[in-house]
Amino acid sequence: MIPFTITQAPSTHEAIQAAAAGGRYIAGGTTLIDLMREEVERPDRLIDINALPLKHIRAEGPDLIIGALARMSEVAVHPDTRRLHPVIGEALIEGASPQLRNMASMGGNLLQRVRCPYFRMLDAPCNKRIPGSGCSAIDGLNIGHAILGTSDQCAATHPSDVAVALVALEATMRVQGPQGERTFPVEELYRLPGDTPHLEHTLLPGELIVEIRVPGLSYSRRARYLKVRDRASYEFALIAAAAVIDLDGGVIREARLAVGGAGTRPWRLRAVEQALKGKRLERATLEAAARTAVEGARPLSGNQYKVELLPRTIVRALELAGEIA
Amino acid sequence: MSDDKYWDDARGDVDIASTRALSRRSVLQLAGAVTASTTIPEAFANTTPAAAPTPAAAIAAKVSFSVNGVRHSLELDPRQSLLDVMRERLELTGTKKGCNQGACGACTILVNGKRIVSCLTLAAMHSGAEITTIEGLASNGDLHPVQEAFIKHEGFQCGYCTPGQIISAVGCIAEGHAGSAEEIQFWMSGNICRCGAYPGICAAVADAAGRN
Ligand SMILES: Cc1cc2nc3c(=O)[nH]c(=O)nc-3n(C[C@H](O)[C@H](O)[C@H](O)COP(=O)(O)OP(=O)(O)OC[C@H]3O[C@@H](n4cnc5c(N)ncnc54)[C@H](O)[C@@H]3O)c2cc1C
Ligand code: SF4
Ligand code: FES
Ligand code: FES
Repeated sequence: MIPFTITQAPSTHEAIQAAAAGGRYIAGGTTLIDLMREEVERPDRLIDINALPLKHIRAEGPDLIIGALARMSEVAVHPDTRRLHPVIGEALIEGASPQLRNMASMGGNLLQRVRCPYFRMLDAPCNKRIPGSGCSAIDGLNIGHAILGTSDQCAATHPSDVAVALVALEATMRVQGPQGERTFPVEELYRLPGDTPHLEHTLLPGELIVEIRVPGLSYSRRARYLKVRDRASYEFALIAAAAVIDLDGGVIREARLAVGGAGTRPWRLRAVEQALKGKRLERATLEAAARTAVEGARPLSGNQYKVELLPRTIVRALELAGEIA
Repeated sequence: MSDDKYWDDARGDVDIASTRALSRRSVLQLAGAVTASTTIPEAFANTTPAAAPTPAAAIAAKVSFSVNGVRHSLELDPRQSLLDVMRERLELTGTKKGCNQGACGACTILVNGKRIVSCLTLAAMHSGAEITTIEGLASNGDLHPVQEAFIKHEGFQCGYCTPGQIISAVGCIAEGHAGSAEEIQFWMSGNICRCGAYPGICAAVADAAGRN
């Protein structure tokens, strides 16, 4: 680790000032410290934001409000999460380990970095780590990589589970920065890699995530998060799907669908949602709709299986959601 | 996956005293150790002040926390993980370093009653914390019920992962996540055992949970 200073921010205002002056926020530290130890991340000033009053979890009418410093474990079991948006709890519990969930904040989770092996291999080219150096994954180990939203410059997936559920539920986030406050959809936090894979998100310098708002949804309880991975727990997704459906006598009135492990960012599947509208919740119908998810997919040498696995995971997630009374 | 696995609810933080087998003696001892410790002025407990950090400020961070009931005030390099401070400064080498990447659970300790991996957190961020390591479970020669259960069920082979497994099990039981074999497997999955002692570990956790 290269030397750095660490200061505890006593207020949001002071935190933002310190970040505007070049400091880097640290919350749970479970992404940042790991990558600082590898010297993939090299901040020289850390701003410990854990004393800021951003740990709240509460209902505001039908909406669920989650402070950026609320811990994954706390959000997962909170009665308002379970009542309003149980799929958020499910996605959280399927991520990381109990110990990490006790440490990891919601803001940090959304900004966690990719798990591409080359990203942390300092002697391998990686456009995300060193712009213009090349992408080792395109002709290398790419079993876990994305098939949607990739470019020749980068194909790493975004590893967050809860971001997938938040994108399906059209959550928004409130951020504060040196230029003031703004609110935008969580989906718009993420950029496609294109020619600039080193730019991952749309936050402006110094912006602090303050809270997440998940708008109420009448059918939000009929939802499942299905995570397919190499072992049954404590593993990142190969493919994951958050499915939320509004059912009327076996017919899908409306659906929300987002997937992880498939795209270079949490991937909302609006075309599949459209294709499901008014259809019966039956395997053949679901399969036909799920196929549209992989139109335009660009698999690499090691991840062709995802072209099959993605539609199948979608179908199964929809069926599981449909089983909820 | 059954809902029960997730939602047999979190009952709250670990209170080590209450997880011991009704040993009032040990409760009193724990309380005694805390009150007997030196009081540290609030200002000292903070990390370096927010104003204009200079390179010189990088050298040292001051932190004060209590470990197994004993208060420590330390001057640290900000780069030191909580794990390294336990092992190298406080010589509490029961907590192990496996991966140093958050992936194995060997370094699990309790901070303010919650199980965490101590390799992925900076010691300088824990002013005021109440920390429990494996050394803090036994009291006056009486093993904690989870320790006893690990011995009874042979929940280990080489023993390297064991301190982390035991601390994690204390957390798991206090959270109310030890209700069934499936639940124990899921909620203990943050602790890897290279020797594959999992059957014994699961039996020990179930046994200890039943005794509580
Ligand atoms: C072994 C392992 C397994 C894992 N498995 C999974 C998994 O299966 N699923 C999953 O979803 N995740 C997984 N994770 C990732 C984990 O969830 C993240 O590391 C964690 O959520 C990050 O949160 P944090 O508070 O620790 O972030 P930090 O490390 O503190 O910060 C991460 C980044 O966010 C920035 N930041 C933090 N808070 C804010 C804020 N409020 N405003 C602006 N910027 C901020 C920091 O500057 C930093 O760049 C795993 C991690 C490990 C180590
Ligand atoms: S896929 Fe992205 S993160 Fe991985 S090596 Fe290529 S540029 Fe780097
Ligand atoms: S040493 Fe901390 S999790 Fe492996
Ligand atoms: S007992 Fe050897 S690693 Fe678990």
